[in-house]
Amino acid sequence: MSVRIANGAGFLGDNLDAPRRLVESAAIDYLTLEYLAELTLSILARSREKNPSAGYAEDFLTVLDSLTPALAAQPALKIVTNAGGMNPLACAKAAAQILARAGLSGEPIGVVSGDDLLADLSRLQAAGCDFKNLDSGEPLASLAAPVVSANAYMGARPIAEALQSGARIVITGRVADASLTVGPAAHEFGWQWDDWRRLAGASVAGHLIECGAQATGGFYPHWREIDLAAVGYPVAELDADGDSVITKPAGSGGVVNRETVAEQLVYEIGDPAHYLTPDVDVDFTTVEIDECGPDRVSVRGAEGRPAPESYKVSLAYRDGYMATGQMLVYDRRPAEKARACAEIIFARLQAAGCEYTRWNVECLGAGEAVPGLHAAPQGLREVMLRISVHEPRREAVERFAKELAPLATSGPAGLAGYASGRPQVRPVFAYWPTLVPKALVSPRVQVQTAAEWSAAN
Amino acid sequence: MERRELTASDMDSKTIPLSEIAHARSGDKGNHANIGVIAYTPTGYEYLLGALSAERVAEYFAGLRCSRVERFELPRLWALNFLLYDALAGGASRSLRIDTQGKLLSTAIADLPLPIPKNLSAMQRPQSSA
Repeated sequence: MSVRIANGAGFLGDNLDAPRRLVESAAIDYLTLEYLAELTLSILARSREKNPSAGYAEDFLTVLDSLTPALAAQPALKIVTNAGGMNPLACAKAAAQILARAGLSGEPIGVVSGDDLLADLSRLQAAGCDFKNLDSGEPLASLAAPVVSANAYMGARPIAEALQSGARIVITGRVADASLTVGPAAHEFGWQWDDWRRLAGASVAGHLIECGAQATGGFYPHWREIDLAAVGYPVAELDADGDSVITKPAGSGGVVNRETVAEQLVYEIGDPAHYLTPDVDVDFTTVEIDECGPDRVSVRGAEGRPAPESYKVSLAYRDGYMATGQMLVYDRRPAEKARACAEIIFARLQAAGCEYTRWNVECLGAGEAVPGLHAAPQGLREVMLRISVHEPRREAVERFAKELAPLATSGPAGLAGYASGRPQVRPVFAYWPTLVPKALVSPRVQVQTAAEWSAAN
Repeated sequence: MERRELTASDMDSKTIPLSEIAHARSGDKGNHANIGVIAYTPTGYEYLLGALSAERVAEYFAGLRCSRVERFELPRLWALNFLLYDALAGGASRSLRIDTQGKLLSTAIADLPLPIPKNLSAMQRPQSSA
């Protein structure tokens, strides 16, 4: 027996049709949808500040709406998603309304929360947790800037509990990406929470599918060999020992082979012998992958060690403002002219009293996208001038955003592309990587029907 | 800006680009970047163990101004993982570069020149793949 867990979203902004195409073209037990990159929560925290009923991944509602026919037709299909973001309760209510409109108001929705530590930071610091920065070693108390969000990466256990309580759809706040897969697997197979080897195997499968099509031909150097327009999203067929086969729907585009799976295994990892999740400390160096059929790769042998005593916390703080502007520069010596344009802009800004803590000038096309590797090619006629600034004072960044267009009439000949509007000024949220002892965090699980969520205040 | 052009001696007939014998994927971890390099064959992996050191990768990507580069080995996957510390000029939210998350690095490392190994044909991509 195996359980088929698919992933139809790898980040907030991923293809909106992929989840529906997945459930229509493959037999799936669990559809996972992953929406929270490292700093997505700080953006969602800002949405919630402006509107108390916002702060979750609204794309999920569009996706859920497209999935209601499949939910009605496939009674075994369940959904597990971290779309709840900073506001899983509001997300559940909105999801409940979509289910109700589709005649599915009896379906149970589970909400996993308790990851949001923002309101508790002072209490936790008083209790002795200093939220030391994992890179610099400094305690959070030394940070003067306001904290925007602080969320513990919770694990698979509350997800499994929600499923145990009958949830058809599980909506979480911040959980480890791999836990979206480990939760359903542990629930289906009844694994113990110290069964490190099986939890490790499921974590590897979760890691492989968490970025969607990156396991099935996305981000692949041999992209010329495959059809990416109709790329299939990944399915992990997990067995009771935590080993898996990674595959994709029959007839879909893309490819699943040793290469795509190996690439995704090493994607965004540090020490491969210690891939840390809240559920288990996974050893990727013991994993073996083998092609076992067309678009099928078996993944076996992951070893696990006891889970860390702490949860990782993604904490974000305000760090001033940034803006980026671009302009096309055409010339026999385009990089030289582009740099002259940047100098003119900064001279005018300086004359207006604006200076910047950090700034960067790139001549894209002249070999600067990866600095230092390649010089500009002979005969180059155009570059994209890209200027970015970062500064605590919003006014200075706003002034920068207004200083590009004037070059159209008061700069050198041979400029274009300034007509697309002024650069957008955006607040910067910087990342403070830290830990919190598990004992100080209480995951909460609430399961009730869509009708009950709709009626709740 | 510091720049290093690939010279004729880098790319002459005595070298091959890394992509002849390996493929790669890269991404971000905070302000650090990682590049996983996967050999097409076990023979290629053995060769890379000697030829593709952390120092070689640090030298190749000197323009990123990393604070250091660490190498990890995954022999069963025929893979090496390189962690490039402080490579992203601020990381995803603060980087002033167009490649905020190090996504270009796996394509960039494909050009890294390596001395031609004696048994090159045992390291190249098997035709059956994909």
